[in-house]
Amino acid sequence: MFKGVYSWIDERLDITPMWRDVADHEVPEHVNPAHHFSAFVYCFGGLTFFITVIQILSGMFLTMYYVPDIVNAYYSVEYLQTKVAFGQIVRGMHHWGASLVIVMMLLHTLRVFFTGSYKAPREMNWVVGMLIFFVMLGLGFTGYLLPWDNKGYFATKVSMEIADTVPYIGPYLKELLQGGTVVGAQTLTRFFAIHVFFLPGALLALLGAHFFMIRRQGISGPL
Amino acid sequence: MSKPHNNEQTPQKPGKEMSRRQFLTYTLGGASAFMFVGPAIPMVRFAVDPLLQKKTEGKYIKVVEANKVTNEPQEFSFEITQIDGWYESKPTLVAWVSKDQQGNIFALSPICKHLGCTVDWNNNAKFKDQYFCPCHGAHYTREGKQLAVARAPLDEYKVKVENGFVYLGDIIPNQHVQ
Repeated sequence: MFKGVYSWIDERLDITPMWRDVADHEVPEHVNPAHHFSAFVYCFGGLTFFITVIQILSGMFLTMYYVPDIVNAYYSVEYLQTKVAFGQIVRGMHHWGASLVIVMMLLHTLRVFFTGSYKAPREMNWVVGMLIFFVMLGLGFTGYLLPWDNKGYFATKVSMEIADTVPYIGPYLKELLQGGTVVGAQTLTRFFAIHVFFLPGALLALLGAHFFMIRRQGISGPL
Repeated sequence: MSKPHNNEQTPQKPGKEMSRRQFLTYTLGGASAFMFVGPAIPMVRFAVDPLLQKKTEGKYIKVVEANKVTNEPQEFSFEITQIDGWYESKPTLVAWVSKDQQGNIFALSPICKHLGCTVDWNNNAKFKDQYFCPCHGAHYTREGKQLAVARAPLDEYKVKVENGFVYLGDIIPNQHVQ
């Protein structure tokens, strides 16, 4: 049945060349763990992406219960964690995945660094990768506040003090991030918007550029 | 197929053995399916949870003294405790309470069975002594029987009379008219 549906669409839209172009590419021997086991280090980028997909999916599901409001945020998280089936699992995926994505990204960065893959002609992709790194840190930073518990609240207070120390623009930067003069209702809605709309949008665009460039330029050669 | 000595002459039938390509397709497909379904199951179960949560039966709420109920429907409002996820509130419900021909007290819900607006008693000169809905003109008899637009009679509350007081419970389909 799946084959029938596929060929019905393919007859009309000729989609086979599209996915073949995406999927059909040779994996060089030096990045294939079947040839050299140490080549598993080349998997970290893909693993980072896999965890990112899980982060996006689990985050989408969490927003079914979560409200970004200082009165209800904590109770909605408590409710979804303790009363909803698999709530602990779905929130756990998002919670642990957030740390894991940073770890994987760091390992991926180390691999790129020590194989010298950032060198010409791939400098642009290194820069995009660094931007992705900062977007991920931003996602972690904004997501930390969302449960509106003591940990997130005081972590954000500390972050705001750090922002305050930036020369000249510090106080303005702090107030912009806070959405006011205190860490409060407007900080929470602001962080929520940044966490679920602005940064994921930026992340997807950067990931698209990252993957486009790696396909264009191919994987860097062996050491 | 059930001839036991047949395959001695033809040791390998083409097509019976799995090709390398097919094996890899199955392996990759199976592994991908596992990787997808593993995370998907908790998330889907998480999303459909409201459907599967146990519905709690409502308590009876004291509404009015039984001797105040007349043959003419009267409007009474009462508060219930509603737990909606993490949000607990006390919304006000409205019941139209009256006595039927046998003198039994019954209470109708004012929620129109057409599309859920609120009906009122005797609020339209054209429909004397009827429940009328201002949204699309549905109207009902004193017992809640639908006369136009709506396709079902008005729901009623479960009624309990105790120590001279009327208590109202869950909303159920109308028991007085068919």
